[in-house]
Amino acid sequence: MIRFEQVSVTYDGTAEPAVRGLDFEIPEGELALLVGPSGVGKSTVLGAVNGLVPHFTGGTLRGRVTVAGRDTRTHKPRELADVVGTVGQDPTAHFVTDTVEDELAYGMESLGLAPDVMRRRVEETLDLLGLADLRERPIATLSGGQRQRVAIGSVLTPHPRVLVLDEPTSALDPAAAEEVLSVLQRLVHDLGTTVLMAEHRLERVVHYADRVLLLPGPGETPVVGAPAEVMVSSPVFPPVVELGRLAGWSPLPLTVRDARRRAGTLRERLTGADDTPAPAPAPAAALTVPALRAPAAERRRWWPGRRRASAAATGGAGAGGEGGSTEAAGAGAGSGIAEAAGVTTAVGSTGTAGAAAAGSAPAPAVVDRLVVRRGPVEALRSVSLTVSPGETVALMGRNGAGKSTLLSALVGLVEPASGSVLACGAVPHRTRPRDLVRRVGLVPQEPRDLLYAETVAAECAAADRDAGAGPGTCRALVTELLPGIADSTHPRDLSEGQRLTLALAVVLTARPPLLLLDEPTRGLDYAAKTRLVGHLRRLAEEGHAVVLATHDVELAAELTHRVVMLADGEVVADGPTAEVVLALPAYAPQVTKVLAPQRWLTVRQVREALA
Amino acid sequence: MTTPAVTAGRDAARARASALHPGAWWVWALALGVAASRTRNPLLLALLIGVSAYVVMACRTNAPWARSYGAFVKLGLLVLGIRLVFSLVFGTAIPGTLLLFRLPEVPLPDWARGIRLGGPVYLEEVLFSLYDGLRLATLLVCVGAANALANPSRLLKALPAALYEVGVAVVVAMTFAPHLIADVLRLRAARRLRGRPDRGVRGLLQVGLPVLEGALDRSVALAAAMDARGYGRTAAVPAAVRRTTAALTLGGLLGIAAGSYGLLSAVGGVYGLPLLLAGIVAALAGMWLGGRRTPRTRYRPERWGVRAWLVAGSGVAVAVLTVVAAAYDPAALDPPVTPPAAPVLPLWPAAAMLLGLLPAFLAPHVPEPTGKDRRP
Repeated sequence: MIRFEQVSVTYDGTAEPAVRGLDFEIPEGELALLVGPSGVGKSTVLGAVNGLVPHFTGGTLRGRVTVAGRDTRTHKPRELADVVGTVGQDPTAHFVTDTVEDELAYGMESLGLAPDVMRRRVEETLDLLGLADLRERPIATLSGGQRQRVAIGSVLTPHPRVLVLDEPTSALDPAAAEEVLSVLQRLVHDLGTTVLMAEHRLERVVHYADRVLLLPGPGETPVVGAPAEVMVSSPVFPPVVELGRLAGWSPLPLTVRDARRRAGTLRERLTGADDTPAPAPAPAAALTVPALRAPAAERRRWWPGRRRASAAATGGAGAGGEGGSTEAAGAGAGSGIAEAAGVTTAVGSTGTAGAAAAGSAPAPAVVDRLVVRRGPVEALRSVSLTVSPGETVALMGRNGAGKSTLLSALVGLVEPASGSVLACGAVPHRTRPRDLVRRVGLVPQEPRDLLYAETVAAECAAADRDAGAGPGTCRALVTELLPGIADSTHPRDLSEGQRLTLALAVVLTARPPLLLLDEPTRGLDYAAKTRLVGHLRRLAEEGHAVVLATHDVELAAELTHRVVMLADGEVVADGPTAEVVLALPAYAPQVTKVLAPQRWLTVRQVREALA
Repeated sequence: MTTPAVTAGRDAARARASALHPGAWWVWALALGVAASRTRNPLLLALLIGVSAYVVMACRTNAPWARSYGAFVKLGLLVLGIRLVFSLVFGTAIPGTLLLFRLPEVPLPDWARGIRLGGPVYLEEVLFSLYDGLRLATLLVCVGAANALANPSRLLKALPAALYEVGVAVVVAMTFAPHLIADVLRLRAARRLRGRPDRGVRGLLQVGLPVLEGALDRSVALAAAMDARGYGRTAAVPAAVRRTTAALTLGGLLGIAAGSYGLLSAVGGVYGLPLLLAGIVAALAGMWLGGRRTPRTRYRPERWGVRAWLVAGSGVAVAVLTVVAAAYDPAALDPPVTPPAAPVLPLWPAAAMLLGLLPAFLAPHVPEPTGKDRRP
């Protein structure tokens, strides 16, 4: 169905080809998985299938690519539209119309299908993807998982014989990812559709694949074969494969079920070992927080309502402001102080791990009965949460459960409708950004948003200025976290993982005791993820409190001490990682599933126990 | 078994099936606008606004474009305000007798004679500009009503096939603006994360470049996606048809140009009209033929049914009756401001305007797009 014959692609302005030596064929009705570390040209291969490479991107393609017998050299992407359906990494960039139903019909309209056929297929696809109740919804109001399903549906309606997907499940929660994958499975089985997809989260997809195409590294010869064979030597592999390699199983198991059937002996070997996972964080020394410079803040707020509020915030913080601020607070709203102080003491007495909040430094994050409204919808309903220094917390839950909203509330991007938020003793949305960055830092879902400058060096210099840190602070962090990046590199030319690390360094320049990350592993390969885990673990040891919103259960298992589960804006589970993920099968990491009822979370723990 | 999801889906399906042709709403709203342009009677204008507001409230959906009515009402108020301020500052040609107050007058040099800045303000002037401004505001509100009731992109879908690509460009541009705003908000939020002030003009300016960059990236990605989804596919058309299309379109345009010239100039009174008509026919034929080059079809086009006729007809009736009334009794529709008198509501034109309420009872009640409560 898809045939690459000695294909190499060289983009304009580069000496080396982006991919070379591609020579394989994917027969009809197969699900082929394209894997490899970041930056080996996976997107290039996918683009070559529908002709966007080189018709749209430019560059030179040597060799020949044929899809359903059509040569992409003579057929433009639009002339392949009836055989190839493509969904890129970012579904939002894919939508042409404004409502779900029109979007599903758009491709068919372009192909000139008869109205009754279109109607039938739209209804069919709405049911297939569970979108029936969203049909009239404007696309702008959909959540990430819904968008991904609409994007897939919109290319399904013309009944393409080949489906090309770039990271279809990376942005989805485990349940939504399962949904999308089962749809793909059904297409392959029932309609004989050929699917080619690239995906970093192998634990989700590798067992669905009939064939794996591995691009081991830039410029290296691609490996094509059955998943179990390729996984033996692949530089990227899911935890279950890692466990299989550790235990020396052959052939390698790809599914939890296969691994379980072979795990008897391994479980026996592990019986005596201590499987108490993830020790509680050592009570780390709290990082110091500079005092709020309240008088300066006062000067900027000349309208009375706000002034009172900000004075109350300063007073409530109790971070030992200058004389002026205490006076202002005293003269200001007394009730506000009482309330804020009340919250802090309440937390101190009932607090989880660190009672650090009581006297010296305030807890990195104290959220009390927080309600946030977005339009008429309550995004968060009475959420309470305390994070102590050195603790790493994963916020989990389905797309749209309120994880990002909670992070936004902690950095003051959204105002609480009721309840309170304190980040290191400051009310985030009433604190000046300059002061706030030294208390709390957020790496957003799209790290590029944080980066403005033309070069890494300029970015670092700006970060030092913004944070009031000594010159070279940020650059030192970058060198530590991301060795070998030249000063003159443009942030846009970095890979996804490098960009994330640069953004992390920028945020860390101000040394915020509370560090927040929103979906940090989206688009990261396993190597980049391992590096990120290492950085974050070290930061936690230094006393930073880390909160990450993530769908990645393996990351949560590897890194976090505690999991907070959100559903519909409410906390539905909050406890040590092992307990929470063991109680929720959908969120359990692969190793846990394989070795249940023993309570192992990660391959690392197993390896240490066996050693 | 009927789960809520299924019912919701059915409701939505019914909503679309029974949605009125967007053209009907536009005809109705523009006809109300025509009626508004014929009168300066504030009571009649207020009645028109009331009629449009009632229909919008009764028939609008929960979609984003339906919220535009409020924006148009605000715009109308702004126009009214500007009109008033201008007349206060610059004065009007209306002779006044009843002095309200006197603004400080700015003496202007000789060459600017005829222009007045400040000076006495008379009641008549204020009344006249108030009525005039209200008329403009009513026009805007009527356009706003059309916007709120009819999905603008669906209207574009009703364009002839040859103009389809223009329509897509407009739709893409319209969805682009909200994206741009979302980008600005997101990047301003990101500034806050960097510890820079997120308010103020400077904050806005500094995100300008990244926003434009993002917009450019997105348009490139969208273009790629559209290409991959078959945008711009052309059907094989015989060369003869292609040539005929070109000839008809060009000839038609020439005919329209020459015909209009003939009509407007003194010499060509005879051949002007026929030439213009022939040109229009040729151009339309060219467009129709050109449409055959695009193999596109339309998904669930709105049908122009009985209800569409009635909705459009009710609007046209209001317009026609108002125009007739204006010819029959100009004083009632354009009440004189000298001497100032309380405006009277002319009974028959007012009754005619109430016809515009018909859509509120005719047009189907559209259930709100659902699904919101289930997956926020």
